[in-house]
Amino acid sequence: MSKKILVVGGGLAGTIVANGLCRHIGKELRNGKAQITMLGTSEQHLYQPALLFVPFGLAGEEDLFRNQRKLLNRYITYHVDPAKHIDAENKKVTTESGKVLDYDYLILATGSRIMPQTIPGMEEGALWFYDLDGARKMRTALQAFKGGKIIINVNAPHKCPVAPLEITFMLYDYLTKRGLIDKTEITYTYPIGRLHALEPVAHWCKPEMDKKGIKYETFFNAESVDPAKKTITSMEGITLDYDMLITIPPHSGMDVVDNSNLGKGGWATTDPKSLLHTEHDSIFVIGDTTNIPISKAGSTAHFETEVVIANITSMIQEGCWSRYYDGKVFCFVETGMDEGTYVWFDYENPPNPGPPSQMIHWLKLTYNRLYWLSARGLL
Amino acid sequence: MSERKTIDARGSFCPGPLMELIAGIKLAEVGEELEILSGDRGSAEDIPAWIAKVGHEYIKTDKIDDYWSIIVKKTK
Repeated sequence: MSKKILVVGGGLAGTIVANGLCRHIGKELRNGKAQITMLGTSEQHLYQPALLFVPFGLAGEEDLFRNQRKLLNRYITYHVDPAKHIDAENKKVTTESGKVLDYDYLILATGSRIMPQTIPGMEEGALWFYDLDGARKMRTALQAFKGGKIIINVNAPHKCPVAPLEITFMLYDYLTKRGLIDKTEITYTYPIGRLHALEPVAHWCKPEMDKKGIKYETFFNAESVDPAKKTITSMEGITLDYDMLITIPPHSGMDVVDNSNLGKGGWATTDPKSLLHTEHDSIFVIGDTTNIPISKAGSTAHFETEVVIANITSMIQEGCWSRYYDGKVFCFVETGMDEGTYVWFDYENPPNPGPPSQMIHWLKLTYNRLYWLSARGLL
Repeated sequence: MSERKTIDARGSFCPGPLMELIAGIKLAEVGEELEILSGDRGSAEDIPAWIAKVGHEYIKTDKIDDYWSIIVKKTK
């Protein structure tokens, strides 16, 4: 009997896992012993990490988008029809259009989204680069900027934990090259008591910010923004004024997770090693969708897909489990317009970022193009 | 009183226990208690400091084997 694999979500995690599975169970797909269906939200696949470059005019549509159907292996049936409800007991998914699909294995990869609307005044008063519309608005605002106070405000939870630092250092370089840095005061705010979640990164970036004259405010979680007065106030009772407010908005997962009783806030309860849903052993959860206390980042999703691909392949071909996720994460960190470094860690081993170099920066730019091979399950 | 939710952030280098707690508190109801498990001493000190700044209620910290259990009540 054919094994039905249903991938819910067509972002980075869902696409890599579906294409990767096709490479491993090609024989079963060809002879009808397995089938893969994907439910997504768009005909276009967005490479989200490239959004960081949009405000500086360094990335355009060619860098950001590919046709989703062309990215997918021909054995994947793709529907632009997001899941509305998952009946985990009966292994059935109902889509927005009313289709009902059953499955043997479900891969939940619905991802996360920005929620600036959860902080009063944030939508009206702030800029961000975590979606294309926001990144383009930020580009326009930066082009018109003549100097003043810029606040870079980071909120929890958020995906891509190094992006706030990257935008800060890239902005510094951008304003320096435009001759505006002497007329600008940059203040970076962070939710916890140091400048980055990763302690070694926090130790590295503090002297870098001091050297550049970038101010900072820790234990700062935005509670409200007053767009008229141009102020932002934190839950901790601090108010800062700004001329330009750049925010990394708080994120949430997708409603289908809560509506299906699979988690809260859109984060599905997930075993950190097996990546199975804690209550349903036919549901794998990957990428931003998990509630695992680990970075919500593309590389996390990528390494998780390797485990899920191996386990589903093994279960279909040999009827047994293959391996567990070790918490591996690798992130490039752009430390300006011309240099970068990276962090690498897992559940047991903390990161130890090396000195920034131009070579790693170029490697990051190269990966921005190589990503399309990752998405196809080739890298 | 609702059931106390536990956030197991042991082994979390990023985003780390305090960031997990901040995210968890945003999802909690007023009056709800949260327990955060942390494997690092720094978080065991930072979490009560943050709770005091924001004005939630710090209940207690227990050191259990090689980790800390910190209990917090959302008050607003």
